[in-house]
Amino acid sequence: MSGLRILVPVKRVIDYAVKPRVNRAQTAVETANVKHSMNPFDELSIEEAIRLRERKVPVQEIVAFSAGPTKSQDILRTAMAMGADRSIHVVVEDKDPQLEPLGVAKLLKKVVEEQKSDLVILGKQSIDDDASQTGQMLAGLLGWPQATQASKVEIADKTVTVVKEVDGGVETVKADLPMVITTDLRLNEPRYASLPNIMKAKKKPMEKKTLKDYGLDEQPRLKTVKVTEPPPRKGGVKVDSVDSMISKLKELGAL
Amino acid sequence: MASFNPTLRHQVIAVYKELLFLGREYPLGYEYYRTRLRKAFASQKDVTDEAQIKKGIERAQFVKKEIEALYYLKRYRALRQRYDKI
Repeated sequence: MSGLRILVPVKRVIDYAVKPRVNRAQTAVETANVKHSMNPFDELSIEEAIRLRERKVPVQEIVAFSAGPTKSQDILRTAMAMGADRSIHVVVEDKDPQLEPLGVAKLLKKVVEEQKSDLVILGKQSIDDDASQTGQMLAGLLGWPQATQASKVEIADKTVTVVKEVDGGVETVKADLPMVITTDLRLNEPRYASLPNIMKAKKKPMEKKTLKDYGLDEQPRLKTVKVTEPPPRKGGVKVDSVDSMISKLKELGAL
Repeated sequence: MASFNPTLRHQVIAVYKELLFLGREYPLGYEYYRTRLRKAFASQKDVTDEAQIKKGIERAQFVKKEIEALYYLKRYRALRQRYDKI
């Protein structure tokens, strides 16, 4: 076995701590001058790839991948500072038509074929679109087995055992490589990309590509009709006695 | 500025820089963090004993780990609240 070639796609999203604002035209969320960072679920997948290597699973290469505006390079640098060996950046500017999960999956399929990857670890969803589709679509397009919402990954020889988080418990699946894995929150604790490592990561190679290099010209298939903020929470009512509470509950139809 | 041990001096500056870098994401803001970090380092400026300095560096490394853990937990809790509520 010559060692795993792991591909880790990452996405640049609005930072989790920032409250997203809808733009005035109600077509999208405001992204200008908003702090961005790596999608937290993608951090988990990078960390898992690195941990596989640290656990002495033969890993030949960890490649980070991102499609997005030029600033996505910062995210790739973070990925490389954490421990990815090199990275590929496909430039999709903000003014270009944005990629949809299917478009990303098609693009990733090409990348997997080009890089001869045999393991793809993705975040289960991005915290901006929350589509949770890319990993599944990629597995479908490649015809590979998939394990979603992984909370534990073990690789012995060519067999991968993944513990998945499902409603009300866990599910253990086993499959042979190549494989697609999507990560869940409890998989690991991602390390912090420290300053010296970020400096070192600047020397790691980063390829710059465009959609045309992969023979793709994705036109959006989905149409965003309207984006609105959730309704503000209505204030509660104080009740002074049990009777008034019961009458209130009856009024609300809870009893 | 007479430095007693250049390697130690370098280590102190390096850990200070790393801590400063960590502060960019501090929940209470970078300025809050920076002034306090500066004060903490300045309060130790008269330490000349090498063993004491080494202890100080160790403490700084410990604080660094704590801050990293703080960031991790903060994010983990936020995500758990958003995605794990059944």
